[in-house]
Amino acid sequence: MTAFILRRSLQSIVVLFIMSLIVFVGVNLVGDPVDMLINPEADQAEIDRVIRDLGLDRPVSEQYWYFVLNAFQGDLGRSFIFGEPALKLIVQRMPATMELALVSLLMAVVFGIPLGIYAGLKPTSKISKTIMAGSILGFSMPTFWVGIILIMFFSVHLGWLPSTGRGDVDTFFGVTSSVFTLDGLSHIFLPAFNLALFKLSSVIRLARAGTREVILQDYIKFARAKGLAESRVVRIHLLKNIMIPVITIIGLEFGSLIAFSTVTETVFAWPGMGKLIIDSIYNLDRPVVVAYLMIIVVIFVMLNLIVDILYSVLDPRVRIKGVS
Amino acid sequence: MGASANKQSFDLPATGLRKFWLDFSESPTAVIALFVFLTILFIAIFAPWVSPSNPYDLTSVDIMNSRLPPGSEDFSGNFYILGTDGAGRDMLSAIFYGLRVSLGVGALSGLVALILGASIGLSAAYFGGRFETIMMRIVDIQLSFPSILMALIILAAFGKGVEKTIIALILVQWAYYARAARASALVEKNKEYVEAAHCLALGDRRIILSHIAPNCMAPLIVVGTLQTAHAISLEATLSFLGLGLPITEPSLGLLIGNGFEYMYSGDFWISIFPGVALLITIVSINLVGDQLRDMFNPRLQK
Repeated sequence: MTAFILRRSLQSIVVLFIMSLIVFVGVNLVGDPVDMLINPEADQAEIDRVIRDLGLDRPVSEQYWYFVLNAFQGDLGRSFIFGEPALKLIVQRMPATMELALVSLLMAVVFGIPLGIYAGLKPTSKISKTIMAGSILGFSMPTFWVGIILIMFFSVHLGWLPSTGRGDVDTFFGVTSSVFTLDGLSHIFLPAFNLALFKLSSVIRLARAGTREVILQDYIKFARAKGLAESRVVRIHLLKNIMIPVITIIGLEFGSLIAFSTVTETVFAWPGMGKLIIDSIYNLDRPVVVAYLMIIVVIFVMLNLIVDILYSVLDPRVRIKGVS
Repeated sequence: MGASANKQSFDLPATGLRKFWLDFSESPTAVIALFVFLTILFIAIFAPWVSPSNPYDLTSVDIMNSRLPPGSEDFSGNFYILGTDGAGRDMLSAIFYGLRVSLGVGALSGLVALILGASIGLSAAYFGGRFETIMMRIVDIQLSFPSILMALIILAAFGKGVEKTIIALILVQWAYYARAARASALVEKNKEYVEAAHCLALGDRRIILSHIAPNCMAPLIVVGTLQTAHAISLEATLSFLGLGLPITEPSLGLLIGNGFEYMYSGDFWISIFPGVALLITIVSINLVGDQLRDMFNPRLQK
């Protein structure tokens, strides 16, 4: 087990290294770093000074080394627009994004698993067919367009729910979030549902496929033959066995929820880091873009690592196969 | 079927196609989807001829006609079945032209990604060794990041533009093709016909291209259809965010983005209708792709 965790951690570090190289090369070599990293309104003396400060007159390998060194010290540059450290800006907006992603994930799982199991247990029923048709639609509908439709219907037409911002926040056990106030909840509902829709479809499909596979297994037949109540067979024998792929997906999808929240946050003007990156790309605020990309890469690599370790705990075959 | 002299040459492909069609038409949904998709394709290709007006011809667009609701008529008697947008353009025509851009970008990027990814996947499976390990590690790493993030990284580095969006879509997609191509090539390369080709001392290039590749096409076509739908959706998202195509190449995503600003004043049609067109396109491609996947899936074959 320790060997497995160690080996996977080492792999993660390699991936992190490669991704930092790609982001670095992307910003510093593909584009003109002077253009990208220096405020366009600076005069020649300022440009020379910054070039010296940023070490742009040094060899590339040395530049990369300092980029990594600074990144380890939490220095990812300073925003042109806000004049504050890029990292600080992103960390400030991270809770809003995390909260949105968590609520979406919760929605996807809470609705997706029961619907998927139902569709798997009764594949021919009308309701199941509706569920599956809905999941195809959920897969196909572009997130940003669904967001617009939701705003149009629930905010503009019916006027039930607000469509922009985060609403009131409250602090509970040191966590500040919208979900602790009624106003905050009404603000988070639409964006969270919007973000959840795509994941909801994949959770439904996964739970259905898992159910259809597991239901044919001998241990389910045996459990039924023992005379166990159907609800117990589903809750204990079925649910446990379809959870492995679902947990993997939940872990991996959480990362993609954070990535896709860039879209939802832009539509709903949600003040998270996804909206910040889009605004920063617009404003050519490169340090913030680089910082965001590095942070999200770290989040992703960590998530993959955690999922793999969890997976090996749930299913010992994974780590045995890995060792041999 | 043509003259009897041609009969011999026509028979073989006809049975292949007929079998294909029989399998395909088992699902009525898929047939309808295919029909819808072909209609959309026709509209996209012939947009300048089937559109009621040219939405980008400045002489025929009048700002006075802006934001007319669907089904209204202007003073010169032009009828706008889907209304007009903020600049007074006919929505229906704008959508037809937008389909052209969206499908064009999606198809072009899909095709290049297919060629690139399949070449890498096939040669990885064929040659094996370190090349395979390295390429497949790259594929694994790339696929562990969501497509929108990869696209954001690429567009943040290159900036926006038509060719940059296409490059981004290619770089996002190639890994899917590489994985699918390698998986089926690994099965194919141990079959007897490849052994026979080796015995004939044919070159590696020829064995890969004319022996292994044709037999790996089925899964690649499935991945291709589904990926193209995905690419169209991704391009729309990027263009909506203002990071993809420029304003001079108005794709459906850009049209929806334009309508977004009028949404709060209740002018729903400006972003709803392009979205419906996008949705119909993506759903029809996905349904065709689903049916193809079921057809080529050996586990479901009777």
